[in-house]
Amino acid sequence: MSVRIQPGNFDVGAEIAQLQGNDRGIGAIASFVGIVRDVNEGDRVSEMTLEHYPGMTEKAIEAIIAQARSRWQISDALVVHRIGTLKPAEPIVLVIVASAHRGDAFAACEFIMDYLKTRAPFWKKEQSATGPRWVEARSTDDIAAERWRLKG
Amino acid sequence: MVTILYFARLREALGRNSEQIPLPPAVRDLEGLRAHLVARGGSWAQELGPGKPVRAAVNQSMAVGDMPVADGDEIAFFPPVTGG
Repeated sequence: MSVRIQPGNFDVGAEIAQLQGNDRGIGAIASFVGIVRDVNEGDRVSEMTLEHYPGMTEKAIEAIIAQARSRWQISDALVVHRIGTLKPAEPIVLVIVASAHRGDAFAACEFIMDYLKTRAPFWKKEQSATGPRWVEARSTDDIAAERWRLKG
Repeated sequence: MVTILYFARLREALGRNSEQIPLPPAVRDLEGLRAHLVARGGSWAQELGPGKPVRAAVNQSMAVGDMPVADGDEIAFFPPVTGG
């Protein structure tokens, strides 16, 4: 289980291979890559800058992974989140979950991402034609995280 | 002393990313500390006042208003998170 916060890009294939390692018990690997969009709230976005709370960010994501482990059978998991200035089409976040079976891998991957959106201390500031603005939290993200309370 | 950190929009609006203050004797919890900061007036009242969407952490864990704060704690105030 590991968490990395970094300015640089990541190589999805290399990360998957690294996570799989020599574990012959792994039967499924699910991954999610979040990408910077060029439009938000109807405005063109030319770039965005991510700020985070060093120390707490890693702890918060580790806690989310630990929760996922308690709910699903997971062999290993990785979260890489980028910080600093990113342009549209650039990858921003990577979640990989390895498991014996796909059901656990899919569910845990989505759970980690939904919880990260509402619990990990990152903030986005975007540059658009109307100038810089802080991205507002979405209530749909809270709803996405909340629904995991209702099902296992 | 307590260390208070501010992030994102709050950091910009309050003009600082951190400060250390002696914990006022009357302040026992997060809500008390927030009220103490709001009493500074100006942008403090504007940014941290009632109804503002402010989140907080005590010693790097998300916390709500009745979370006790004590000497030596690291407390952070920030807007709702927008990562991912």
